Amino acid sequence: MAEFFHMGGYGLYVWGSFGVTALFMIAEPLLLRSRGRKIRKRIAHIARIEREVNP
Amino acid sequence: MTSRLINWFKFSSPASFYPLARKISLVSTVIAVVLIAVGLYMSFFVAPTDYKQGEGYRIIFVHVPASWMSMFIYVVMAGWAALGLVFNTRLSAMMAQALAPTGAMFAFLSLWTGSFWGKPMWGTWWVWDARITSELILLFLYLGYMALRAAIDDPRRGDRASAILLLVGVVNVPIIYYSVKWWNTLHQGSTIRMNQESTMEETMLLTMLIMTLGFWAYSIAVAMARVRTVILERERSTTWVRELGGGEI
Repeated sequence: MAEFFHMGGYGLYVWGSFGVTALFMIAEPLLLRSRGRKIRKRIAHIARIEREVNP
Repeated sequence: MTSRLINWFKFSSPASFYPLARKISLVSTVIAVVLIAVGLYMSFFVAPTDYKQGEGYRIIFVHVPASWMSMFIYVVMAGWAALGLVFNTRLSAMMAQALAPTGAMFAFLSLWTGSFWGKPMWGTWWVWDARITSELILLFLYLGYMALRAAIDDPRRGDRASAILLLVGVVNVPIIYYSVKWWNTLHQGSTIRMNQESTMEETMLLTMLIMTLGFWAYSIAVAMARVRTVILERERSTTWVRELGGGEI
Protein backbone atom coordinates (compact mmCIF):
# COMPACT_ATOMS: atom_id res chain seq x y z
CA MET A 1 0.00 0.00 0.00
CA ALA A 2 2.74 2.44 1.02
CA GLU A 3 4.57 1.40 -2.11
CA PHE A 4 1.53 2.33 -4.16
CA PHE A 5 1.45 5.85 -2.71
CA HIS A 6 5.21 6.15 -3.08
CA MET A 7 4.89 5.69 -6.90
CA GLY A 8 8.53 4.74 -7.24
CA GLY A 9 9.64 8.10 -5.84
CA TYR A 10 7.22 10.10 -8.00
CA GLY A 11 4.47 10.21 -5.36
CA LEU A 12 4.37 13.98 -4.99
CA TYR A 13 4.16 14.54 -8.75
CA VAL A 14 1.69 11.78 -9.60
CA TRP A 15 -0.67 12.54 -6.68
CA GLY A 16 -0.19 16.27 -7.12
CA SER A 17 -1.47 15.89 -10.68
CA PHE A 18 -4.27 13.39 -10.13
CA GLY A 19 -5.30 15.00 -6.82
CA VAL A 20 -5.71 18.53 -8.15
CA THR A 21 -7.45 17.26 -11.29
CA ALA A 22 -9.89 15.26 -9.13
CA LEU A 23 -10.44 18.23 -6.84
CA PHE A 24 -11.36 20.50 -9.75
CA MET A 25 -13.54 17.93 -11.49
CA ILE A 26 -15.49 17.32 -8.28
CA ALA A 27 -15.70 20.98 -7.26
CA GLU A 28 -16.96 22.22 -10.64
CA PRO A 29 -20.25 20.25 -10.65
CA LEU A 30 -20.82 21.12 -6.98
CA LEU A 31 -20.34 24.86 -7.58
CA LEU A 32 -22.56 24.61 -10.62
CA ARG A 33 -25.26 22.89 -8.60
CA SER A 34 -25.36 25.68 -6.02
CA ARG A 35 -25.50 28.27 -8.82
CA GLY A 36 -28.45 26.40 -10.35
CA ARG A 37 -30.23 26.17 -7.00
CA LYS A 38 -29.84 29.90 -6.46
CA ILE A 39 -31.52 30.91 -9.72
CA ARG A 40 -34.26 28.26 -9.34
CA LYS A 41 -35.02 29.53 -5.86
CA ARG A 42 -35.20 33.08 -7.14
CA ILE A 43 -37.57 32.16 -9.98
CA ALA A 44 -39.80 30.15 -7.62
CA HIS A 45 -39.82 33.11 -5.24
CA ILE A 46 -40.93 35.54 -7.96
CA ALA A 47 -43.59 33.07 -9.11
CA ARG A 48 -44.94 32.82 -5.55
CA ILE A 49 -45.17 36.59 -5.18
CA GLU A 50 -46.98 36.84 -8.50
CA ARG A 51 -49.51 34.23 -7.43
CA GLU A 52 -50.16 36.10 -4.20
CA VAL A 53 -50.58 39.42 -5.94
CA ASN A 54 -52.57 38.00 -8.81
CA PRO A 55 -54.34 34.79 -7.72
CA MET B 1 -38.19 21.66 -47.04
CA THR B 2 -41.11 19.64 -45.73
CA SER B 3 -39.22 16.36 -46.03
CA ARG B 4 -36.76 17.32 -43.31
CA LEU B 5 -36.88 14.72 -40.55
CA ILE B 6 -35.73 16.84 -37.66
CA ASN B 7 -36.28 20.53 -37.48
CA TRP B 8 -32.95 21.59 -35.96
CA PHE B 9 -34.08 25.15 -35.59
CA LYS B 10 -36.69 23.98 -33.11
CA PHE B 11 -33.86 23.30 -30.64
CA SER B 12 -32.26 26.67 -31.23
CA SER B 13 -34.90 28.08 -28.91
CA PRO B 14 -33.79 28.02 -25.26
CA ALA B 15 -37.28 26.94 -24.15
CA SER B 16 -37.25 23.74 -26.21
CA PHE B 17 -33.58 23.02 -25.60
CA TYR B 18 -33.92 23.33 -21.82
CA PRO B 19 -35.52 19.90 -21.20
CA LEU B 20 -33.33 18.23 -23.85
CA ALA B 21 -30.18 19.55 -22.15
CA ARG B 22 -31.23 17.82 -18.94
CA LYS B 23 -31.49 14.45 -20.68
CA ILE B 24 -28.12 14.87 -22.41
CA SER B 25 -26.54 15.91 -19.12
CA LEU B 26 -27.86 12.88 -17.23
CA VAL B 27 -26.74 10.37 -19.87
CA SER B 28 -23.30 12.01 -20.14
CA THR B 29 -22.87 11.97 -16.38
CA VAL B 30 -23.36 8.20 -16.27
CA ILE B 31 -20.97 7.67 -19.21
CA ALA B 32 -18.37 9.99 -17.62
CA VAL B 33 -18.46 8.27 -14.22
CA VAL B 34 -18.10 4.80 -15.75
CA LEU B 35 -15.32 5.76 -18.19
CA ILE B 36 -13.31 7.74 -15.63
CA ALA B 37 -13.63 4.95 -13.05
CA VAL B 38 -12.38 2.38 -15.57
CA GLY B 39 -9.72 4.83 -16.79
CA LEU B 40 -8.41 5.49 -13.27
CA TYR B 41 -8.26 1.77 -12.50
CA MET B 42 -6.30 1.17 -15.69
CA SER B 43 -4.06 4.18 -15.02
CA PHE B 44 -2.78 2.69 -11.79
CA PHE B 45 -3.27 -1.07 -11.98
CA VAL B 46 -3.26 -2.14 -15.62
CA ALA B 47 -0.91 0.18 -17.52
CA PRO B 48 2.68 -1.04 -17.09
CA THR B 49 5.57 0.93 -15.59
CA ASP B 50 7.46 2.99 -18.17
CA TYR B 51 11.01 1.79 -18.86
CA LYS B 52 12.39 5.31 -18.76
CA GLN B 53 10.12 7.41 -16.53
CA GLY B 54 9.07 4.70 -14.06
CA GLU B 55 5.76 5.44 -12.35
CA GLY B 56 6.11 9.16 -13.03
CA TYR B 57 4.78 8.86 -16.56
CA ARG B 58 1.29 8.05 -15.21
CA ILE B 59 0.64 11.79 -15.14
CA ILE B 60 0.06 11.40 -18.88
CA PHE B 61 -3.37 9.89 -18.18
CA VAL B 62 -4.68 13.22 -16.89
CA HIS B 63 -2.28 15.60 -18.64
CA VAL B 64 -3.03 14.62 -22.23
CA PRO B 65 -6.85 14.36 -21.89
CA ALA B 66 -6.97 17.72 -20.07
CA SER B 67 -4.80 19.37 -22.75
CA TRP B 68 -6.85 17.93 -25.60
CA MET B 69 -10.11 19.02 -23.96
CA SER B 70 -8.79 22.54 -23.39
CA MET B 71 -8.10 22.93 -27.11
CA PHE B 72 -11.18 21.08 -28.31
CA ILE B 73 -13.60 23.03 -26.10
CA TYR B 74 -12.16 26.28 -27.41
CA VAL B 75 -12.76 25.21 -31.02
CA VAL B 76 -16.33 24.17 -30.17
CA MET B 77 -16.92 27.54 -28.46
CA ALA B 78 -15.60 29.37 -31.53
CA GLY B 79 -17.96 27.26 -33.66
CA TRP B 80 -20.93 28.30 -31.49
CA ALA B 81 -19.75 31.89 -31.64
CA ALA B 82 -19.69 31.77 -35.44
CA LEU B 83 -23.17 30.20 -35.56
CA GLY B 84 -24.44 32.86 -33.19
CA LEU B 85 -23.05 35.66 -35.36
CA VAL B 86 -24.46 34.18 -38.57
CA PHE B 87 -27.93 33.13 -37.40
CA ASN B 88 -28.26 35.54 -34.50
CA THR B 89 -29.47 32.76 -32.20
CA ARG B 90 -29.36 33.32 -28.46
CA LEU B 91 -28.76 29.68 -27.65
CA SER B 92 -25.45 29.56 -29.59
CA ALA B 93 -24.01 32.29 -27.41
CA MET B 94 -25.37 30.56 -24.31
CA MET B 95 -23.60 27.34 -25.34
CA ALA B 96 -20.29 29.19 -25.68
CA GLN B 97 -20.91 30.82 -22.31
CA ALA B 98 -21.65 27.42 -20.73
CA LEU B 99 -18.47 25.81 -22.06
CA ALA B 100 -16.01 28.56 -21.08
CA PRO B 101 -15.41 27.77 -17.37
CA THR B 102 -14.87 24.07 -18.15
CA GLY B 103 -12.43 24.92 -20.93
CA ALA B 104 -10.55 27.30 -18.67
CA MET B 105 -10.39 24.62 -15.99
CA PHE B 106 -8.87 22.11 -18.41
CA ALA B 107 -6.36 24.68 -19.67
CA PHE B 108 -5.30 25.31 -16.09
CA LEU B 109 -5.13 21.57 -15.32
CA SER B 110 -3.07 21.02 -18.45
CA LEU B 111 -0.51 23.56 -17.22
CA TRP B 112 -0.65 22.31 -13.64
CA THR B 113 -0.17 18.62 -14.45
CA GLY B 114 2.45 19.58 -17.04
CA SER B 115 4.31 21.45 -14.36
CA PHE B 116 4.15 18.46 -12.01
CA TRP B 117 5.46 16.31 -14.82
CA GLY B 118 8.15 18.73 -15.91
CA LYS B 119 9.70 19.04 -12.47
CA PRO B 120 10.83 15.41 -12.08
CA MET B 121 11.55 14.80 -15.79
CA TRP B 122 13.06 18.08 -17.00
CA GLY B 123 14.13 19.44 -13.63
CA THR B 124 11.97 22.56 -13.79
CA TRP B 125 8.37 23.51 -12.93
CA TRP B 126 8.12 26.01 -15.74
CA VAL B 127 9.87 26.96 -18.94
CA TRP B 128 8.91 29.54 -21.59
CA ASP B 129 8.71 26.90 -24.22
CA ALA B 130 6.49 27.36 -27.32
CA ARG B 131 3.90 24.77 -26.32
CA ILE B 132 3.63 25.81 -22.69
CA THR B 133 3.48 29.52 -23.53
CA SER B 134 0.77 29.02 -26.17
CA GLU B 135 -1.25 26.90 -23.72
CA LEU B 136 -0.94 29.71 -21.17
CA ILE B 137 -2.26 32.12 -23.83
CA LEU B 138 -5.20 29.74 -24.31
CA LEU B 139 -5.97 30.01 -20.58
CA PHE B 140 -5.84 33.81 -20.87
CA LEU B 141 -8.17 33.69 -23.90
CA TYR B 142 -10.71 31.76 -21.84
CA LEU B 143 -10.41 34.22 -18.95
CA GLY B 144 -10.53 37.18 -21.34
CA TYR B 145 -13.67 35.84 -22.99
CA MET B 146 -15.41 35.38 -19.64
CA ALA B 147 -14.32 38.81 -18.38
CA LEU B 148 -15.44 40.55 -21.57
CA ARG B 149 -18.85 38.83 -21.51
CA ALA B 150 -19.36 39.73 -17.88
CA ALA B 151 -18.25 43.34 -18.40
CA ILE B 152 -20.93 44.19 -20.98
CA ASP B 153 -24.33 44.84 -19.41
CA ASP B 154 -26.45 44.15 -22.47
CA PRO B 155 -26.23 40.36 -22.88
CA ARG B 156 -26.77 40.37 -26.65
CA ARG B 157 -24.02 42.93 -27.19
CA GLY B 158 -21.82 40.92 -24.85
CA ASP B 159 -22.54 37.84 -26.96
CA ARG B 160 -21.41 39.54 -30.15
CA ALA B 161 -18.29 41.16 -28.74
CA SER B 162 -17.13 38.00 -27.01
CA ALA B 163 -17.94 35.90 -30.11
CA ILE B 164 -15.48 38.00 -32.10
CA LEU B 165 -12.83 37.57 -29.41
CA LEU B 166 -13.37 33.79 -29.59
CA LEU B 167 -13.03 33.75 -33.38
CA VAL B 168 -9.85 35.80 -33.38
CA GLY B 169 -8.34 33.64 -30.63
CA VAL B 170 -8.91 30.41 -32.51
CA VAL B 171 -5.65 31.05 -34.40
CA ASN B 172 -3.87 30.04 -31.19
CA VAL B 173 -5.15 26.45 -31.28
CA PRO B 174 -3.13 25.24 -34.30
CA ILE B 175 -0.14 27.07 -32.81
CA ILE B 176 -0.43 24.95 -29.65
CA TYR B 177 -0.99 21.80 -31.65
CA TYR B 178 1.92 22.20 -34.05
CA SER B 179 4.26 24.01 -31.64
CA VAL B 180 6.24 20.84 -30.96
CA LYS B 181 6.83 20.46 -34.70
CA TRP B 182 7.45 24.06 -35.71
CA TRP B 183 9.86 24.96 -32.96
CA ASN B 184 12.63 23.14 -31.22
CA THR B 185 11.08 22.81 -27.81
CA LEU B 186 11.68 21.08 -24.53
CA HIS B 187 8.19 19.60 -24.70
CA GLN B 188 8.21 16.19 -26.35
CA GLY B 189 6.56 15.57 -29.72
CA SER B 190 3.22 13.82 -29.99
CA THR B 191 3.10 10.09 -29.44
CA ILE B 192 -0.33 9.72 -31.01
CA ARG B 193 -0.09 10.21 -34.74
CA MET B 194 -2.75 10.35 -37.37
CA ASN B 195 -0.76 9.05 -40.31
CA GLN B 196 1.63 6.56 -38.78
CA GLU B 197 1.82 4.11 -35.95
CA SER B 198 1.77 5.56 -32.45
CA THR B 199 4.91 5.18 -30.40
CA MET B 200 3.14 3.95 -27.31
CA GLU B 201 2.45 0.65 -25.65
CA GLU B 202 -1.09 -0.61 -26.33
CA THR B 203 -2.59 -0.64 -22.82
CA MET B 204 -1.10 2.82 -22.16
CA LEU B 205 -2.72 4.11 -25.33
CA LEU B 206 -6.05 2.46 -24.50
CA THR B 207 -6.02 3.93 -20.99
CA MET B 208 -5.34 7.39 -22.36
CA LEU B 209 -8.18 7.08 -24.87
CA ILE B 210 -10.63 5.90 -22.18
CA MET B 211 -9.67 8.82 -19.94
CA THR B 212 -10.06 11.20 -22.87
CA LEU B 213 -13.54 9.90 -23.66
CA GLY B 214 -14.39 10.16 -19.95
CA PHE B 215 -13.25 13.79 -19.84
CA TRP B 216 -15.23 14.37 -23.00
CA ALA B 217 -18.43 13.00 -21.44
CA TYR B 218 -17.70 15.01 -18.27
CA SER B 219 -17.43 18.21 -20.34
CA ILE B 220 -20.73 17.53 -22.10
CA ALA B 221 -22.47 16.75 -18.80
CA VAL B 222 -21.19 19.90 -17.09
CA ALA B 223 -21.77 22.16 -20.12
CA MET B 224 -25.36 20.94 -20.48
CA ALA B 225 -26.06 21.45 -16.79
CA ARG B 226 -24.51 24.92 -16.99
CA VAL B 227 -26.39 25.92 -20.12
CA ARG B 228 -29.63 25.16 -18.23
CA THR B 229 -28.56 27.51 -15.46
CA VAL B 230 -27.49 30.15 -17.99
CA ILE B 231 -30.86 29.83 -19.77
CA LEU B 232 -32.74 30.36 -16.51
CA GLU B 233 -30.55 33.31 -15.54
CA ARG B 234 -30.92 35.03 -18.88
CA GLU B 235 -34.55 34.15 -19.60
CA ARG B 236 -35.88 34.58 -16.09
CA SER B 237 -38.34 37.31 -17.13
CA THR B 238 -39.83 35.35 -20.04
CA THR B 239 -43.26 33.72 -19.81
CA TRP B 240 -42.03 30.17 -20.24
CA VAL B 241 -39.61 30.44 -17.32
CA ARG B 242 -42.32 32.14 -15.23
CA GLU B 243 -44.59 29.20 -15.96
CA LEU B 244 -41.85 26.76 -14.92
CA GLY B 245 -41.38 28.81 -11.77
CA GLY B 246 -44.48 27.43 -10.12
CA GLY B 247 -43.73 23.79 -10.74
CA GLU B 248 -40.73 21.52 -11.02
CA ILE B 249 -37.69 23.01 -12.75
